[in-house]
Amino acid sequence: MGGLTLFDAAVAPSDGALSVWQVTQRARQLVEAGFPRVWVRGEVTGFKAYRSGHWYFTLRDRRAQVRCVMWRSDNERVPAPLDEGLDVFAEAQPTVWEERGEFRLTVRQVIPTSVGGAWQLRLEQAKAALARDGLLDPARKRPLPRFPQRIAVVTSLDGAALRDIVAVARRRWPAIELLVVPARVQGDTAEAELCVALGIVNRLDADLVIVGRGGGSREDLWAFNSERVARAVAAVRAPTVSAVGHETDVALTDLVADVRAPTPSAAAEAAIPDRAALAALVHGLARRLAAGLTGRVELGAQRLDRTGDRLSAVLGTRVERARARVDAAEAALQALSPLRVLARGYAVARDPGGRVLRGVAQFPPGHPFRLTVADGDVPARVEDRT
Amino acid sequence: MSDPSFQEALERLEAIVRELERTDVDLDRALALFEDGVRQLQVARGLLAKGDAQVKKVLQQADGTLATDDLDV
Repeated sequence: MGGLTLFDAAVAPSDGALSVWQVTQRARQLVEAGFPRVWVRGEVTGFKAYRSGHWYFTLRDRRAQVRCVMWRSDNERVPAPLDEGLDVFAEAQPTVWEERGEFRLTVRQVIPTSVGGAWQLRLEQAKAALARDGLLDPARKRPLPRFPQRIAVVTSLDGAALRDIVAVARRRWPAIELLVVPARVQGDTAEAELCVALGIVNRLDADLVIVGRGGGSREDLWAFNSERVARAVAAVRAPTVSAVGHETDVALTDLVADVRAPTPSAAAEAAIPDRAALAALVHGLARRLAAGLTGRVELGAQRLDRTGDRLSAVLGTRVERARARVDAAEAALQALSPLRVLARGYAVARDPGGRVLRGVAQFPPGHPFRLTVADGDVPARVEDRT
Repeated sequence: MSDPSFQEALERLEAIVRELERTDVDLDRALALFEDGVRQLQVARGLLAKGDAQVKKVLQQADGTLATDDLDV
């Protein structure tokens, strides 16, 4: 049991001592395994940007200091080099740099503590927590229903957001029910009220949920960056649209919702189908329905022409029955104007006395009759059928 | 929500039209499809013509139940 138990024999030198490389490597493994990524607050000093693009600096406070490196791939997202003395939050992986035996931080991102930096830090931490739980996974995003009937709206009762959403709903698709679940969207109680309202939404059997507010200052919008509110959005059973009125920043609820809209109006437009577009779609289907039937009936008539006497008697009655059903259907269609196209191409046959001729038996060879078409009558005579 | 929805009517109508446009459909079947299609059209048109959107607010009562109330916006 004696000797070296920490390292396997292959890497242990024969004299029983560790090489410097081995001990620093071991130290690095221990530090990285036992020390997950952390946020560190400190003052930047000794900043140097190398030609390679990597940044080297020291973070310090009154009692200690630590060397830091920030690789180019990470510092590219930082708008400017770090000023001497700048107070920052740094997200970093503690490690040991073997070549110098030096304890060091590999910095992934830095946020100045001034100008909302503390908020930014909280946001980044919340984002990381949501990501760990898989809530930011793009595969979680669900499509919105094509024709929602009941839409829940979580917003303030007296904000512009609600008026905008209602206006869009009335314009696009009136056959809709909007259930507004009120919540304050700014101030101390906003976070809790939004969470309660989002919980209520799950008891409403809604097809779709819009949560949001109109534009405002960063402070005003802050409730939508709360991790609790984001988790409440993620827990909504129906598909969600997040609309926090600001074009540039993205709120945490935007990342968690199924769809992100830049404004409440845009959210309503994304969620609610447009009546005019649907009317056109229905109109097109009505035309295809009519064309489909007339095409089929003509096909039947052609087949009838090609068939012998024996079959023609059978098919004849079937076609007549079919015609009667078409007539009945046409009557039902009078209210459906696009289907009047069906009337085109149809003719009614009458005998000289005006009686409608319905069966083959009513057309003896040589018999005269009249065809009524859309714009008038045509005299006609039955040809010799042999 | 028990009425046939617009989505149901439209999807049925789309299926009917697709089937009717095939040439191998039996004539009786074609007529039955057509008649069903007309019914679906009537449903769809009726919903398209329907009046104002309903707007209600939902409030939780002291006992935890939910109450809805018309909302003027």
